[in-house]
Amino acid sequence: MELLRSLQITLAEEVLSVSGLVLLLVAAWGGDKAARLISILSVAVLAVCALIAAPALCGSAMGPDVTAFAGQYRADAFAAFAKLLIYAGAGVTLIVAPAFFERVRGMRAEFPLLVLFAALGMGIMVSAGDLLALYIGLELNSLASYVLASMLRSDERSAESGLKYFVLGSLASGILLYGVSLTYGFTGTTSFEGIRLALGHGLSTGATFGVVFVLAGLAFKISAAPFHMWTPDVYEGAPTPVTTFFATAPKVAALSLLMRVSLEAFGAQPHAWQQIVIFAALLSIVIGALGAIGQNNIKRLMAYSSINNVGFMLIGLACANQPGAAAMLIYLAIYVAMSVAGFVAVLMLKDADGEPVEAISDMAGLSKTRPGLAAALAAVMFSLAGIPPLFGFWGKFVVFQAAVQANLLALAAIGIAASVIGAFYYLKVVKVLYFDEATDKVTGKSDLAHTVLLVIATLFISPLGYLLTNWLHGLAGNAAAALFHVA
Amino acid sequence: MIGIEHYVIVSAILFVLGVLGIFLNRKNVIILLMAIELILLSVNLNLVAFSVFLHDLVGQIFAMFVLTVAAGEAAIGLAILVIYFRGRGTIAVDDVNRMKG
Repeated sequence: MELLRSLQITLAEEVLSVSGLVLLLVAAWGGDKAARLISILSVAVLAVCALIAAPALCGSAMGPDVTAFAGQYRADAFAAFAKLLIYAGAGVTLIVAPAFFERVRGMRAEFPLLVLFAALGMGIMVSAGDLLALYIGLELNSLASYVLASMLRSDERSAESGLKYFVLGSLASGILLYGVSLTYGFTGTTSFEGIRLALGHGLSTGATFGVVFVLAGLAFKISAAPFHMWTPDVYEGAPTPVTTFFATAPKVAALSLLMRVSLEAFGAQPHAWQQIVIFAALLSIVIGALGAIGQNNIKRLMAYSSINNVGFMLIGLACANQPGAAAMLIYLAIYVAMSVAGFVAVLMLKDADGEPVEAISDMAGLSKTRPGLAAALAAVMFSLAGIPPLFGFWGKFVVFQAAVQANLLALAAIGIAASVIGAFYYLKVVKVLYFDEATDKVTGKSDLAHTVLLVIATLFISPLGYLLTNWLHGLAGNAAAALFHVA
Repeated sequence: MIGIEHYVIVSAILFVLGVLGIFLNRKNVIILLMAIELILLSVNLNLVAFSVFLHDLVGQIFAMFVLTVAAGEAAIGLAILVIYFRGRGTIAVDDVNRMKG
């Protein structure tokens, strides 16, 4: 009966994988003509999986009741929180993709399937209770993502970004795996609970190396400095819907995985990794802020902005306590909304022939030609900069509050100073949008689905978002509590 | 007598060779793929050696999974390389520079 119970707990992943395989058959028979149908069905599948995952979050599930396959997998509140964000990111990608790809006749039936399988891998990542499940989930997500990045085969930049993503991503997996092998060798187990128990008796040199390598591999995946160099190229070269995907779902999955590994598996020795996380956080904030200055491609700018934001989220992890983890999850949810709004707005920037406009200088005077779009883009920029009253401010506020409470005053002070530097380039974009001489480049019509998504995401990051703070804090608190529940 | 430390040292050397192969190689993307394989093999050596040393089967099962995923990874890498070559007509590492900044 153990098997039946396990199958019941992993229901979301089963639905996702079985419907992915069935849709693969539909794609094989229907060809690229069926692409739109498969996209719609994939969004429906993601919605069903979100419904399956959601109850664990409201009931704050944790402990052995939700652990399946002898500790390999757990469907606790933390996993549910991350999964809802992941499915939302994947769903948005599928909704915005057809309009983008059909212009270049690049809408392939494989696209929604790869997004589904990547979402499946990410679900396994955030639910992993063992290094083996962690690795399988991570690779399932990465392998699908490499193909997604090079989806636009006729575009040289897309192929190049896929190649770069593949080489550096595989290197990251290799480094992570080497760390996994050392951790296994020096603790004698691959389960997170076992590692926690073994590390409770002290940290050997070999295990320290294991921790460092695992964290370095994961830092690659979340694009934290000093392992961020792939991010701007991949964000710029990948087709924009795929960039939307990379900025939301895999980021949530990798950050959640990093939280689970550091706080659960290595939770008995926080001093072994706290220094590394603090270093990565500060470096990411500074590199993200300085690198973005002088960029003229909006997607490249968003890439540096994502490095910068990952740095702020790592401040929450550096606290190594429950309020810090909850703050990080709140920031993560707000960041996903900001990314969705930002990239959907970028997708809507098209010239008269429908060609995407990516240069920031071409957006000059957008406020006169497309006031609504300019306002949304300005809201995203202000929110990313963390300027109140927009909701992005709240994410930064809770993270810094957690850092101050955990006595990381220096970290919080440097973070706040660097966020002021970061505000410079966000405000520069707003200045181009509102005060520069109009170029009238952006004249293309936009899709209804894009407009609806942009309005929803912009409302979430607008001051109206503060109405959700209580609810968001409750959910993030439940999720963080599950992370610190150790039997 | 060959002990666990010999295996760990050999595996560490292989791992470093693989990483250096990625960073120092300026010639050819195929060599990058070989370097990635080398890293994964060093991990497998580690896992199997620890598995025998600890009298625990998990390491060997893990190695099987790594082998399988490595095969898939190589297939996807070569596929991406092929579409890249079709567009550019070269696979020299120094020419992968359409985007800079």
